[in-house]
Amino acid sequence: MKSLDRKLWRDVWHMKGQVFAITLVVVSGVATFIMFITTMHSLDYTRSSFYRDYNFADVFVNLKRAPESLKEKIKEVSGVKDVETRVSAHVKLDISGFAEPVTGRIISIPDDGRPLLNRLYIRQGRIPDPDKDNEVVIAETFAEAHGFALGDQFAAVINGKWKKLIICGIALSPEFVLVMRQYAMSPDFKRYGILWMNRKAIGKAYNMDGAFNDVALTLYPGVKVTEVLNNLDNIVGKYGGYGAYARKDQISHRLLNEEFNMLKTSSRIFPTIFICVAAFLLNVVMSRTINTQREQIAALKAFGYDNFVIGIHYAKLVVLIIAAGLMIGIGSGIWLGKILGGIYMEVYRFPALTFILEPWVIIAAVVISIVSALAGTLHSLWRAAGQPPAEAMRPEPPAKFKVTLIEKTGIGRWLTQPTRIIVRNIERKPIRTFLSILGIAVACATMISSGFFKDSVDYMVNVQFVLSQKEDIAVAFTDPTSYKALYEIKRMEGVHHAESFRTVPVKLKYGLNSYKTVINGLEQENLLHPLVDTNLNQVIMPKEGIILNDYLGEILGIKAGDFVTVETLEGARTIRQVPVVALTKLYLGVMAYMDMQALNRLMKEGDAVSGIYLTADSRKQEKLYGAFVNMPRVSGTIVRNNEIRNFYDVQAKGMLFFTFIATIMACSISIGVVYNNARIALSERSRELSSLRVLGYTRGEISYILLGELAIITLAAIPLGFIIGYWLCAYIAQALASDLFRVPLVIEMKTLALAAAVVLTAASLSGLIVRHKLDHLDLVEVLKTRE
Amino acid sequence: MINENNIVFQVRNLTKVYQMGDVEVHALRGADLELYTGELIVLLGPSGSGKSTLLNILGGLDTATSGFVSYRGKDLTRASEQELTEYRRFHVGFVFQFYNLIPSLTARENVAVVTEIARNPMSPEAALAMVGLSDRLDHFPAQLSGGEQQRVAIARAISKNPEVLLCDEPTGALDSQTGIVVLEALERVNRELGTATAIITHNVDIAGMADRIIHLSNGRISEVAVNNSRKSPRDIQW
Ligand SMILES: Nc1ncnc2c1ncn2[C@@H]1O[C@H](COP(=O)(O)OP(=O)(O)OP(=O)(O)O)[C@@H](O)[C@H]1O
Ligand SMILES: [Mg+2]
Repeated sequence: MKSLDRKLWRDVWHMKGQVFAITLVVVSGVATFIMFITTMHSLDYTRSSFYRDYNFADVFVNLKRAPESLKEKIKEVSGVKDVETRVSAHVKLDISGFAEPVTGRIISIPDDGRPLLNRLYIRQGRIPDPDKDNEVVIAETFAEAHGFALGDQFAAVINGKWKKLIICGIALSPEFVLVMRQYAMSPDFKRYGILWMNRKAIGKAYNMDGAFNDVALTLYPGVKVTEVLNNLDNIVGKYGGYGAYARKDQISHRLLNEEFNMLKTSSRIFPTIFICVAAFLLNVVMSRTINTQREQIAALKAFGYDNFVIGIHYAKLVVLIIAAGLMIGIGSGIWLGKILGGIYMEVYRFPALTFILEPWVIIAAVVISIVSALAGTLHSLWRAAGQPPAEAMRPEPPAKFKVTLIEKTGIGRWLTQPTRIIVRNIERKPIRTFLSILGIAVACATMISSGFFKDSVDYMVNVQFVLSQKEDIAVAFTDPTSYKALYEIKRMEGVHHAESFRTVPVKLKYGLNSYKTVINGLEQENLLHPLVDTNLNQVIMPKEGIILNDYLGEILGIKAGDFVTVETLEGARTIRQVPVVALTKLYLGVMAYMDMQALNRLMKEGDAVSGIYLTADSRKQEKLYGAFVNMPRVSGTIVRNNEIRNFYDVQAKGMLFFTFIATIMACSISIGVVYNNARIALSERSRELSSLRVLGYTRGEISYILLGELAIITLAAIPLGFIIGYWLCAYIAQALASDLFRVPLVIEMKTLALAAAVVLTAASLSGLIVRHKLDHLDLVEVLKTRE
Repeated sequence: MINENNIVFQVRNLTKVYQMGDVEVHALRGADLELYTGELIVLLGPSGSGKSTLLNILGGLDTATSGFVSYRGKDLTRASEQELTEYRRFHVGFVFQFYNLIPSLTARENVAVVTEIARNPMSPEAALAMVGLSDRLDHFPAQLSGGEQQRVAIARAISKNPEVLLCDEPTGALDSQTGIVVLEALERVNRELGTATAIITHNVDIAGMADRIIHLSNGRISEVAVNNSRKSPRDIQW
């Protein structure tokens, strides 16, 4: 078998151009596969160990004020394991050198300095001295955003009083893996921070000595969460409870879940697409490569080699050809997985990312690649070995001898001989031609599917921030406030226009389904914050009834015309039946919308507002921030431009990274496929083309015959690639839809153009290489031997 | 010498029809033939008369459309794939009309591909020496002349010391001097091992070295001539 093995190495060397192209395809498929899946596994593992080791609570309740003695009652609820009472509050922060409004959430640390639940991971420094009332531990993201170090100071307006705070520690908490304000569109590490302080210190400031307004608790395994929530609501109801919620509705956890689900879906979809594309291409490529060895296979059979030995020989060839791709693909997949994990860690804060590389991921990548390559090989091998050697040793005849279209229609007379050869060749091998077109089209589609993500995010940002959030600043009040506040703000210097809004936390119920969200009350004359549906039409708010996002409608299983049960979690706590006027398709959020006055009627509160949207003179904005910091009623301020910037800076970063990687991978797949196609065509036909040269055809003419065919195939592939790309994107968009947002199916012209450009460039370069080879074709050598 | 036990090949009413779309090409139309141990026959006939087709079927490289072929009493027309492989591997040396060398292997390796799986082979070097190629051992097919390639193909066939040698125009590309060297090599194998040998040729003069001369025309055996004075290749002129 030694000679056969030698043949193996020489054949691989001889095919190095093709091997390179195949390597590109394998590397891209395998690396993408491994990158996504290991990132997913690593984040999943890191999160659950952080939750476990730092006792992340299962249930949370906020309330107005309750005496410490209530803790015992909560403990008695069946299923409850550990209970921790806390004091927490939102405060406005005053940071010197940073004029914009900053909101902080202060959470108490028990007097013994050891939280039972949601324990802190102290990255730097220490917890506050129990005897000091001005020391705080701050969240790492907040410290980094402002460049704070231990010992630095800033001020907070705590219950109306300005107080200087000293940073004594920087920490992480399982409760705030993602630090994000409720109902914000994206995290803003600079303008929203978490602070931990001694219980005694906050208690005094908020008049909560011996009392609490925040509870976290854990449950025994297997306990029915909804029952506990109901019991808790009953207990804390009369202390102004805002509704108990489970871990799944806790904001950091929920957003993390959303992100993980998206990553999980992506790590199912993208690697599948990439590895399937790679597998398909490998199959086609291998089958053609083996086909060029048809006569050698027949000769080996004629010498008495049996099919098994020949099969093994070619299996080895296949493994050799893809081995380099596999190794590079695994290596770079792991490397990219670590980078992607690191990028996620910038937003999602864990003590450390544990990199998890499950052996099956690598095994799966290897097996899928080898099996698909072998399948292509076997197919060709089967055809070559299935025939009697005498037959297989002859060049393969065209599938059927029939008069081709050009002869039938007589068009042939008008074409030059080389053109006729091109047309006949395409027509005589329809399957091969189709597979070549399909291969390039799929590569092109992969490019589109990787670029599509950025397009749809840009589009969503445009809809969300540009079309439906036209205010410059949103001001939120600590409590629902009289409508008069609107006039007050309108009168402030620099304010152009202002509108009020009302938000009410509610639980919506229909049948057995329920969902906690907020109802947005909008003014009838709504210029600044219109509700825009997926057709970009402004939704007209009905005077009565409620509008639900279609996604929320699906969750509740409700139709327009049905009555939804609205249980408000604030103020008078009414339970009402409200007619659903319409289900509207929206890109973001799972919310309900009502006319503001109708909402206030529902709440039985006169003209209350939760906040104000306003536009203002850009030169006066800084002054306005300052004024809002000093208004006791204002709990926070959101500046729209910051939100857009943050969205791209923080949330879109991971996504853009993987779009970038996916694009590069898709790009190399395209190049690999196109180049391979050209190389195989060259080796399949160099004999025929040399014969034509010997018969007197010019170099130009034979190049035209081969490159003309490649050009036709490439040009046919691009529109087909667009169609397949569109399907792929539609599928991805549908699979990625989540609580947080629906992915609009938007493919920008430039994404299509880039995909086409990559394919065309790859085709042109391959054409140049092939042309160069054709010009240097050794006529005598090619004709002397049969390949 | 001619009796039932000495029959290597027995061919009865052999036909081969190639189907090309709606057209049928009858390459063999009922050929009958025997080949005996140690015998050397020459097949003559016009181009397209079915010589290669007959030889391919004898060598187990192709299947007949109808009729019967046996090798030493074994029915080749009904042999399984595995039996055919074994037959080709251990019993037949074949020289293809178009050589079919493996381009990525040198002359020596092309012969070794066969000797490595044979039962009782000569060394590749010895086989190549017999056809006068000792100084071309490490040349690739593309670096050999047409005649040299043909000689590698012959060396490959005789190297396994086969029981039957089937040669499709083994001297087609050779001058008379080299042709004689090659024919001597074939004759030596035939003589020393008693290898039944069939040679297709268009050169009537070569027929002088045969025990019998078989004429094919239009897919049938048209004439069988027995040569009672077998000449040595050295005495053949062309
Ligand atoms: N695969 C095939 N399909 C169709 N017809 C074939 C095929 N192979 C051979 N033929 C036809 O069968 C006939 C016999 O062919 P064969 O190769 O046996 O001729 P030959 O006697 O060896 O000719 P030559 O001396 O030119 O080599 C020819 O007419 C040929 O055209
Ligand atoms: Mg012939």
